[in-house]
Amino acid sequence: MAKNSARDIKVTAFATHQIITQPNPLRTVLRRVEEKDMDDPVGRAEQALAGLASEFKDWMVTEINRLSAAYVAIRHDGFTKDRRDELFRAAHDVKGDAATFGYPAAAGIAESLCRVIEHAPDLEKVPAELFTHHINAILAIVHENTKLDHISVSAELSRRLRKVADDYLAQVNRDRPEHLEVILAPSIAPAE
Amino acid sequence: MFRIDFNKLRFLICDDNPHMRRILRTLLHSFGAREVYEAEDGATALEMYSHYVPDIVIADWAMPIFDGLELAQMIRQPESKGNPYAPIIMLTGHSEKRRVTVARDAGVTEFLAKPISAKGLYQRILNVVASPRPFIKTKTYFGPDRRRNTISAYMGPERRVGEKHEVLQQPSLLDKARSSI
Repeated sequence: MAKNSARDIKVTAFATHQIITQPNPLRTVLRRVEEKDMDDPVGRAEQALAGLASEFKDWMVTEINRLSAAYVAIRHDGFTKDRRDELFRAAHDVKGDAATFGYPAAAGIAESLCRVIEHAPDLEKVPAELFTHHINAILAIVHENTKLDHISVSAELSRRLRKVADDYLAQVNRDRPEHLEVILAPSIAPAE
Repeated sequence: MFRIDFNKLRFLICDDNPHMRRILRTLLHSFGAREVYEAEDGATALEMYSHYVPDIVIADWAMPIFDGLELAQMIRQPESKGNPYAPIIMLTGHSEKRRVTVARDAGVTEFLAKPISAKGLYQRILNVVASPRPFIKTKTYFGPDRRRNTISAYMGPERRVGEKHEVLQQPSLLDKARSSI
């Protein structure tokens, strides 16, 4: 259903570009309905997501164990491209998943860790404490006390770790303006 | 008001994280989708893309083998035998301005930053179903029009220049096949 036939595709050529238009191939899935007949797919999906909530803690533990293992491998055998990539992917997954799983502060700390991995010019020279503080904080938030978020301790921890990481990155990237610009730039992606 | 018949849509989810795939599948099924295919890396996703011809692709950025960005670039091949026009929603933990721009320039249709929400995902799907943008082909880009708005007061340099000089009708696949015999 997704594809129009080639004869439906119109190409308008300009000096530097072509504009390609075609009938909307997905038009048949749209139905005009009265407001009273409108159901609530978003509400239904939120309810289904809430139904998975009992599994979130286990999923989060799996994610942080992977993060922890990735860093243990680096401490034993040093950074290689593969180990660096695995650490980054593990931190990146925690960053992406933790808020959905109910640990927003852990997501913030994982984001800070991702920035260190991505923007430090030489990972071998990054103080080990910068990694361990980030990882231990994430482990603590998930393992020790899931209520930490409610009492803002973890949020404060996340804020402070981010500041320490950003100060470090600003210092080591002082001669790399393209990295500094990225480090200091705000996120622009729409949240909703 | 418009309602989307999700049961007529075919989705391809591409994410290396099984938890995120489960969440996406749950959300899509709750919206009403029946056909949801899953791939855990870019290479498998590309194979499934050719095989199942999904209506909408939802891809993570960071994946092994090749990532979501490379997947988008491979789908957006104007001369490919497959469908280069399918909407691609990039769902990712990356949300820096530079990343969003790079994704847009790879031909991604919509960008959805994690954490995922039912509302955010539904909105992106509604956008690609109800308001598809024309495709633009230049020497360096093939993908949905990157201009979402027309700003009459815009004073900066124009990326696209030149007057309209001809209208080309793309030959049908049947005609192409006949001419190659």
